[in-house]
Amino acid sequence: MPYILNTDEDRRAMLEAIGAASMDELFEVVPEAVRLTRPLDVPSALSEVELTATVKRLAEKNRPAGEAVSFLGAGAYDHFIPAVVDEIASRGEFYTSYTPYQPEVSQGNLQVFFEFQTLFTQLTGMDVSNASMYDGGTAATEAVLMCLAAAPKRTKVVTTTSVHPEYRQVLATYFENLDAEVVSLDTPTGAIDPAVLANVVDKQTACVLVQQPNFFGCLEPVEEVARIAHEAGARLIVVVDPISLGLLRRPGDYGADIVVAEGQSLGNPMSFGGPYLGMLACREQFLRRMPGRITGQTVDHEGRRCWVLTLQTREQHIRREKATSNICTNQGLLALRATVYLSAMGPAGMRELAELCLRKANYAAERVTAGARCTPAFDRPFFKEFVVRDRRGRVSELLASARDEGIFAGVPLGRWYAELEDCFLVAVTEKRTRHEMDDLAQVLSRSTSERTVVHA
Amino acid sequence: MRNRQATKLLFELSKPGRRAARMPRGDVGDAAVEELLPAECLAERPLPLPELAEPDLVRHFVNLSTENMSVDTHFYPLGSCTMKYNPKRNERLAALPGLSGVHPYQDESTIQGLLEILFELQEMLAEISGLDAVSLQPAAGAHGELTSLMMAAAYFRDLGDRRRKVLIPDSAHGTNPASAAMAGFRATTVKSTADGYVDLADLDQKIDEDVAVMMITNPNTLGLFEPRIRTISEKVHAVGGLVYLDGANMNAILGVARPGDFGADMMHFNPHKTFSGPHGGGGPGAGPIAVDRRLEPYLPLPLLVRRDGRYVLDENRPKSIGRVRSFFGNTGVLVRAYLYLRTLGPDGLRRVAENAVLNANYLLARVKHFLPVPHGDRCMHEFVASAATLKNDKQITAMDIAKRLLDYGFHAPTVYFPLVVKEAVMIEPTETESKETLDAFAEALFRITEQPGESLGAAPLSTAINRPDEVRAARKPVLHWTPPCDGS
Repeated sequence: MPYILNTDEDRRAMLEAIGAASMDELFEVVPEAVRLTRPLDVPSALSEVELTATVKRLAEKNRPAGEAVSFLGAGAYDHFIPAVVDEIASRGEFYTSYTPYQPEVSQGNLQVFFEFQTLFTQLTGMDVSNASMYDGGTAATEAVLMCLAAAPKRTKVVTTTSVHPEYRQVLATYFENLDAEVVSLDTPTGAIDPAVLANVVDKQTACVLVQQPNFFGCLEPVEEVARIAHEAGARLIVVVDPISLGLLRRPGDYGADIVVAEGQSLGNPMSFGGPYLGMLACREQFLRRMPGRITGQTVDHEGRRCWVLTLQTREQHIRREKATSNICTNQGLLALRATVYLSAMGPAGMRELAELCLRKANYAAERVTAGARCTPAFDRPFFKEFVVRDRRGRVSELLASARDEGIFAGVPLGRWYAELEDCFLVAVTEKRTRHEMDDLAQVLSRSTSERTVVHA
Repeated sequence: MRNRQATKLLFELSKPGRRAARMPRGDVGDAAVEELLPAECLAERPLPLPELAEPDLVRHFVNLSTENMSVDTHFYPLGSCTMKYNPKRNERLAALPGLSGVHPYQDESTIQGLLEILFELQEMLAEISGLDAVSLQPAAGAHGELTSLMMAAAYFRDLGDRRRKVLIPDSAHGTNPASAAMAGFRATTVKSTADGYVDLADLDQKIDEDVAVMMITNPNTLGLFEPRIRTISEKVHAVGGLVYLDGANMNAILGVARPGDFGADMMHFNPHKTFSGPHGGGGPGAGPIAVDRRLEPYLPLPLLVRRDGRYVLDENRPKSIGRVRSFFGNTGVLVRAYLYLRTLGPDGLRRVAENAVLNANYLLARVKHFLPVPHGDRCMHEFVASAATLKNDKQITAMDIAKRLLDYGFHAPTVYFPLVVKEAVMIEPTETESKETLDAFAEALFRITEQPGESLGAAPLSTAINRPDEVRAARKPVLHWTPPCDGS
């Protein structure tokens, strides 16, 4: 057993000190009727050599982003991770520590969380941020719950189909047991129609939840959305892609009340969907309704600047059933990675990165839709993702043939949108080259000619 | 030795013109941004982020790391948190590109190896729990609680039964009542007896046909195995309720007893505790749940299943409560749990429980003479001592003990929890510590209790800072850095 230090001699000495005759005696409190009388039926132990071989074999059965050319996005992105991020995050002092209950021996983590909170307010233009949460989807739901708690007489939440479908599904799950309703507006043109929104947002509406750029990659008319929400006395929650803020206006500058984000893009591996980094920032007035850990600056006995977890009276270990949320930890290690990432990028790096994504995505869209088979689904400006319609309506075949050529061409949308059964979503990060995008366009058009031949 | 220059805030180290990351040259022309995006969407100013070069950054963060205590550097007996050693092989293998580089929406045909790992993990968790079906989706223990309670709500809704009550012992984690409230239930507290177990008389008074779920932690937060767990489960089942096990303390009973066998219908695991996932300074964790067959239809989407030798994410489950998070789950944490379980095997798991319990009992035997343990001479994986007598006699509080331990080079135990013990000092040594470490820790504790109480108020003396003013932090919150000229 590689991780147990007690020798047989230690065990004998320890049992003697305890005054127990045997190890079994220590478990006498477990009633015989519920004791397991056989070994667990799990696979037998492996040495490190065997474990490594076994897991490598299983890992090699997968085709990760590095082995195929990936244009997959839809909320999780293949952005480059600088070595400095991995290097810092692999320090045991960071990754084997825990929640800073003892601030005197946790100043490293606490200062990082304070820096993380500051960076997210700088990125979004909001007043305050927490020290992170599970992921973008649950952060969006927690933001909605904050708005409902802040306006107890309002019971309606308005969102749109251009918000990530899984985020809306999470919201629906949480709402099943609450007295509130969610209205999800259709977005047939790829973004919100302000006139439609204005008809639905009313005095019952606690908040409007939108995404910028939206799930389809398109830009939303956020300023008008903010005006409509605020005129009805509702709050505005905006889900952002942090990378886009290298170019786009900050939500704080157009009136968002709460901003949430999936922080995976900020130096975190895709890792099949988790662990990810939920980010949440808001205006000062909602501070005491904010869920999750918050780090604050203070001084110690000798007047030295330092940091502590603060405003804990919101939290479950004190408030129990009256807490703002049941969340009791943050995503410390991922918040650290995002902090290192953002400080490595700086303002110039974020701007260059966003410009690269924008230009490359536009190039890819132009090339992919130049042929006869693929057309753009929406005629709108977009940031790093766009929706492609397959005129033949055979998305899964088209994507499968691209896969055979080593390209993950996009995420099919039919699983979430019946009306987009013939569409897929293509994402382009700074890692994709012109050559790869030309290949993508070629593969998607080659399968056209093949298909034409087959059916001729 | 402390490098005060490098540990200034990032924003104070920033200097215009410095940078660490440089992007590749564009290869698709340089169309003006304004041609591609409407002007009103564009930021007017550059982001106010700090500007640093890579050497700056590295020195900053490496120096910050040295201001933490961690499992890699110190004994970390934080009760209820199972701060065991985090195996290095798990870090290396979880980072394999074939696992960490996988996108959540890749076609299933391209991720069969990863799904096989996750499916095998489900099977192992089902076996360890003694329950039938597993979901790996929840992101943390508290999220597993909430998911399970939402499933219980759906289950009773299906039966046409509007039960509202969730029973929770007074020694439970604060997440239990908070999760119950979020799932639309009303939390009702059940008292503990003087010896730390569920008070059956109080339970009898509060149990009725309005009880949907009883949430129970076993071993409980006092480190005691509930001897009447079967009776309690039977009482809950007799009124049609479900038993939920908070799996925070599974480390004590791996291969010894299974929640499904002692009456639990649902439970969560904390793989970051029991299965050695690093705690990451607060997270990430994961909160996979195991449930009885009757509750399987309600598990969240998607469910990982095996069909004709292929692994499939099943989204077509009409009774499911739906999705509780984006994407599949905290895969990186789950993979580490798989690696840990494969390393230990059935005998290794049982020895984890035995040595965790042995270490805790040994430490209890060493300290009880000078730091009373109100709930008896034996425990499971942890025990709760009380500084109440020391506080009375010598003005030494639980907080004083915690702070002074830091000077001796030990992380503090959990203090002031559970709430049912006055001046609680909750100690969980875990199985990955040696007798020598436990002896040194007991010796340090003894010396602290021998010191005059008034001298301890100044502790810790050797740390970079000392007893931060938490009241000031909460009264006048400063939650981000502000530029000095800003004046706000």
